[in-house]
Amino acid sequence: MYIAVVLAPLIASILAGLLGRVIGRVGAHSVTILGVAVSFVLSALIFKGQAFDGQPPFNGAVYTWLVSDGITMQIGFLIDHLTTLMMVVVTFVSLMVHIYTIGYMHDDPGYQRFFAYISLFTFAMLMLVMSNNFLQLFFGWEAVGLVSYLLIGFWYTRPTAIFANMKAFLVNRVGDFGFVLGIAGIVYLTGSLDYQTVFGMKQAMAQHSFALFEGQPFNAMTVICICLFIGAMGKSAQVPLHVWLPDSMEGPTPISALIHAATMVTAGIFMVARMSPLFELSDTARSFVLIIGATTALFMGFLGIVNNDIKRVVAYSTLSQLGYMTVALGVSAYGAGIFHLMTHAFFKALLFLAAGSVIMAMHHEQDMRQMGGLRKYLPITYATSLIGSLALIGFPGFSGFFSKDALIEAVGESHLNGAGYAYFCVLAGVFVTALYSFRMIFMTFHGPERMDQHTREHLHESPWVVTVPLILLAIPSVLIGWVTVGPLLFGGYFDGAIVVAPEHDVLKEMGANFEGPVQFILEAFRAPALYLAAAGVLSAYVLYLVKPEMPAKIRARVEPLYRVLDNKYGFDWFNEHVIAAGSRSLGKLFWTIGDETLIDGALVNGSARAVEWTSALVRHVQSGYLYHYAFAMIMGLAALLAYLLFHT
Amino acid sequence: MIGLPHFLVLAGVLFSIAVAGIFLNRKNLIVLLMCIELMLLAVNFNFVAFSRFFGDLDGQIFVFFILTVAAAESAIGLAILVVLFRERRGIDVESLNRLRG
Repeated sequence: MYIAVVLAPLIASILAGLLGRVIGRVGAHSVTILGVAVSFVLSALIFKGQAFDGQPPFNGAVYTWLVSDGITMQIGFLIDHLTTLMMVVVTFVSLMVHIYTIGYMHDDPGYQRFFAYISLFTFAMLMLVMSNNFLQLFFGWEAVGLVSYLLIGFWYTRPTAIFANMKAFLVNRVGDFGFVLGIAGIVYLTGSLDYQTVFGMKQAMAQHSFALFEGQPFNAMTVICICLFIGAMGKSAQVPLHVWLPDSMEGPTPISALIHAATMVTAGIFMVARMSPLFELSDTARSFVLIIGATTALFMGFLGIVNNDIKRVVAYSTLSQLGYMTVALGVSAYGAGIFHLMTHAFFKALLFLAAGSVIMAMHHEQDMRQMGGLRKYLPITYATSLIGSLALIGFPGFSGFFSKDALIEAVGESHLNGAGYAYFCVLAGVFVTALYSFRMIFMTFHGPERMDQHTREHLHESPWVVTVPLILLAIPSVLIGWVTVGPLLFGGYFDGAIVVAPEHDVLKEMGANFEGPVQFILEAFRAPALYLAAAGVLSAYVLYLVKPEMPAKIRARVEPLYRVLDNKYGFDWFNEHVIAAGSRSLGKLFWTIGDETLIDGALVNGSARAVEWTSALVRHVQSGYLYHYAFAMIMGLAALLAYLLFHT
Repeated sequence: MIGLPHFLVLAGVLFSIAVAGIFLNRKNLIVLLMCIELMLLAVNFNFVAFSRFFGDLDGQIFVFFILTVAAAESAIGLAILVVLFRERRGIDVESLNRLRG
């Protein structure tokens, strides 16, 4: 049963990818949707079995690949509460995206290829979350990276898409380097790849230390956790490895929703939560996680305010929300992080798909300055985006409210180094989130209609394959918080899957006062977050509807600040001019000095030239006259004989 | 009485004449071949002399073989010489320096 969950999308992907010509467009989407649907239904059954019927977690290998020097490499599944939750979220969002794609990619020549890719992605992501060992985790990790690369560059004739997918791939390589180092550290200390074995030896591991620099020992657990987290930073787009995510919007919108918002980017969050037994042993590593996450949460939100591309605004909001999840991991509120991951998956996929619906209606125009007043043309899209945005800003009662509020409160409770900074960042982030979300809503759906005449005449609501997934995603965006906040955060749903040391279990402290969702909402009126969100919406309303001329004035007033934001803090500039240019000039240095001068010049051509030079000298001995040679022979013979006679 | 030293001296003289012939001759390739032949004969003389002196027939059998090989060798040498003559219209040793580096 477990293996069927993984294999169904894989088989569908192979069929659609290799036999795409034979089975045609309808065949391709039918077979992949069937595959993912099978996967979703089975995941839901497993979820039901574990969460409600009390089945024990499953942990076992299905296939041993190889055993080398005592290290067993195998394919195995660890199905516990954390995994089943992820499985359901991944397969559900994936299923919605599959259906949506029928509408969105309707006219694209690469239709079958696209379905093959997204099914393959579902397979890879499931392998990642269901793994019970580091090798398979790494396999899934790289496989989702690969599919992401393929999909960002899906329209491979666009130079910008190729640039973006290369960027995503390279930035992810940086993260993966850290990740591999972390895994290597674990294998070095425990000699095992299996989660259970590794977690069993965690106390012994924490006793070790690595001397990274001469005479400066670092605690092994800190080093390993930070290395693993660097991997998560690459995949989950945390500062400073976030640069690839906004650019990945070059890909088709469905995959922006599936991969770059809802599922793949959460792989890092999931991984850290899965490694919670290890992270719990290192306060330093968690402080690091906390500060990175907090920085991402606030500063990436700012960028959302100045961007005008509808998809990029949503992308920056994704970055910011991933920052929130990371902050939760940092303060040991893993449950809150995963909870936010789940709610975010629903409403962010919803927002992206809604943005895609708008883009379709606008004939692939993504600039919000060309939109406006769309709500009467696209009523369903408008309603669902509004729901998504309300969930995103944490409107009381919506799913995002529960997760974000719990998360902020958890940060407030924490006493870890850097928690004060993080608390400030997440609170300020709430205001920023509300501002950019409603800026997007107002600029897109309200206000004057700024599109040209031709586009306006063709505006119409998207077909049902697009709207149905929107509605189906809107439902959990509203409701999922009500039912899951209790068990997920305070009800011990994650017991056994996530380990939190009792001394920094912030969720437990909060859980002492928890008496159901309604009381949780009422409680929120006493906290600043809600008012900050309201202020954000209000400022967006004033700035973009009541006085649309104001943003320009403000921009003129704070020109340098605007320029910093417009340049995205110069990360891209830094990467291109310092890292890329630096490595290019380093490469050029090696090329000219190492290759051209040393190897080519001295070794290859040099040896030839040495031969030429000596032979030019020696050739004068060769007179060509027979008697000279004969004379040399005789003389040689005489010399040899003389030597033999007088020396022996 | 003629003894072993006489034969050896004779052989030595013959060999020296041959070597001198090779060095001094600048004109004729045939003389060169004859000198090589003469060297071999000088060696044969030594063989026969020692064979007689030690009362061992092996040396004389050796001489037969050397003579055979020498005959074959001069046949080849003369054949090459003929070809060379046709090619270059002359067998002047001085002009045979195409191996010069």
